[in-house]
Amino acid sequence: MFRKLTLSAAIALGLSSGAALASGGTSHVEDFAFSFEGPFGSYDQMQLQRGLKIYTEVCSACHGLEHVRIGTLADEGGPHYGIDEVWDYAGQFEVWDPELADGEGDFRAATPADKFPGSSLSNAPDLSLMAKARAGFHGPYGLGINQIVKGMGGPEYIASLLSGYEEAPECAPEGFDGNYNTVFTAGGYPNECKDEHGNHLYPGSWIAMAQPLYGEDTEFDDGHSNDLHHEAQDVAAFLMWAAEPKLNARKEAGLTGVIFLIVLSVLLYMTNKRLWAPHKGKKRDEE
Amino acid sequence: MSGIPHDHYEPKTGAEKWLHSRLPVIGLLYDTLMIPTPKNLNWMWIWGIVLAFTLGLQIATGVVLVMHYTPHVDMAFASIEHIMRDVNGGHMIRYFHMNGASLFFVAVYAHIFRGLYYGSYKAPREVTWIIGMLMYLIMMGTAFMGYVLPWGQMSFHGTAVITGLFGAIPFIGESIQTWLLGASAVGQPALNRFFSLHYLLPFVLAGLTLVHIWAFHSTGNNNPTGVEVRRGSKEEAQKDTLPFWPYFVIKDLFALAVILVVFVAIVGFMPNYLGHPDNYIPANPLATPAHIVPEWYFLPFYAILRAFTADVWAVQFASFITAGIVDAKFFGVLAMFGAIAVMALAPWLDTSKVRSGRYRPMFKWWFALLVVDFFVLMWVGAQATTFPYDWISLIAATYWFSYFLVILPLLGVIEKPLAQPATIEEDFNAHYGNPAE
Repeated sequence: MFRKLTLSAAIALGLSSGAALASGGTSHVEDFAFSFEGPFGSYDQMQLQRGLKIYTEVCSACHGLEHVRIGTLADEGGPHYGIDEVWDYAGQFEVWDPELADGEGDFRAATPADKFPGSSLSNAPDLSLMAKARAGFHGPYGLGINQIVKGMGGPEYIASLLSGYEEAPECAPEGFDGNYNTVFTAGGYPNECKDEHGNHLYPGSWIAMAQPLYGEDTEFDDGHSNDLHHEAQDVAAFLMWAAEPKLNARKEAGLTGVIFLIVLSVLLYMTNKRLWAPHKGKKRDEE
Repeated sequence: MSGIPHDHYEPKTGAEKWLHSRLPVIGLLYDTLMIPTPKNLNWMWIWGIVLAFTLGLQIATGVVLVMHYTPHVDMAFASIEHIMRDVNGGHMIRYFHMNGASLFFVAVYAHIFRGLYYGSYKAPREVTWIIGMLMYLIMMGTAFMGYVLPWGQMSFHGTAVITGLFGAIPFIGESIQTWLLGASAVGQPALNRFFSLHYLLPFVLAGLTLVHIWAFHSTGNNNPTGVEVRRGSKEEAQKDTLPFWPYFVIKDLFALAVILVVFVAIVGFMPNYLGHPDNYIPANPLATPAHIVPEWYFLPFYAILRAFTADVWAVQFASFITAGIVDAKFFGVLAMFGAIAVMALAPWLDTSKVRSGRYRPMFKWWFALLVVDFFVLMWVGAQATTFPYDWISLIAATYWFSYFLVILPLLGVIEKPLAQPATIEEDFNAHYGNPAE
């Protein structure tokens, strides 16, 4: 009776999450060195351009970026293309314009003022904010120490996931739904691959998305390496920019603010010291 | 109790006299700014100004955010992204507002624990304390409703959990929950009313701030010794005090600037660190996040809410004598609100004649344990409800109540306090030396 009450109370309060975690699997997220980590880090313009190319040629087949305005590709602190290039780029997308055809609406070529199209597959999530939404991979119960010390976050998770596809372990039954990924933990997991306590024998789980990148999926004009590891990192960097386009400006503002406030603190400290001096004698322990 | 004797404003020019006889506003400002303040206040007396600043910051940034925000379930999330991407400086304003909530709670907890250690809640400052507790409750409500507005996954499912707490009240709980949400489930009516209240309550807080200041300006500030300012004559009072302006304004501004260095560094370099990543996923009623964890500042009380499960004897006893009306869920809700209620009742639960913890040798240790207990509760509030966390939260929650309901009343009887300085001047000179010497 009481056990039942506890259980119902726990479920009612939405606290039953612990149990799911206890039997859950593990995964290893690699610590990629991104240029935008740390207080002084900023985006690498060339890396964002490479990432955009991968996104356009591979990811955008299924996924969208519905919150990202195409014109922001020309912004400073982003891929920073020329506006003419952005017009050309926008032209490849078609958008629905409800004002065309005397208010009946029609498709037209996109312009920089339009946003990227949304996902074309219903089960492919929009990627606009993915790099921020997946920043908590260190565990919901963790203190995020890796985030502070190593600067690890969503981009590391995305790059690790994209390069985390492996041959399914032999224990998995033939035709088990999804694709085996060593980093993704939220997917299905066959009972055959668990021990008698329900612990997972292999890291990760089975993800619906088929392996999108294999290496050499695209060619870069500057001859930059296009192996899987580099591609995954470049597209993850691009998605971080898509999620946080003002990162460079924010860190500059933060640095200016911190320096200003340190100077202000020193001045106020000296003012305070002088102001109080007449009311304080010599400290007795110094006499 | 009458105020501390001090000089009052005397209008000098004709224009000043004209205004003063009609509206003595300059006199009011003068008396407020020049209020005699115990000169031995230490660095724990700076949090009030941090709180006042933060309230101003939240209102200023909030008013701008509202200009660009859309309180609609289909548009709220996108309008936040509009602020983050298209509005000039919008990303900074929003990050200041988001992390401003954390600064607010850091300051309020430091402020509250300052009061608990130095006995600021004791007579004659009970009204200041009660108003403060009321402000703390309103702050929590405001912060919670603000968290709902981005309409992300945590916003949505957090709202379901928190309003569900009211659903645990016997007989009328479900009606109250429906009344709060404006519907049987979280949706457009809830978003609209939370938006409205999130805008209103900060101004209620601003009003209560004035009453809070009025109250402790009437009694005079407490101070680290807990010894009252001498009020026999103006000369006597002047030996114990210095005017608020410029001595404490400059001191507080210095402290504020140092705190803002840390705050601006967090906003500039890691603005999402204290938030939950799931709130960057648009609300989806059909997909409940695996882990619903409140913001850090709610965790201690969230831990108390979860601590009392149905296998705790106190819960079983309560359930038995009320014929099952008080079940584990309702008990948890009562415990959570009770944890704040016992804090508000501290002025009447503390029986010690000595105000400041500095002169209470036993109290000191129990108080230190309460501070540790607070952080343990904060930590365990984010853990799973499995062993050993269930035991840790139960023990920590029990200590919270024991401190206020058992230890504070008992200590006043059994403790032998240390000698207190006769005057504030004596304490100040013992520390800084006598300027006259």
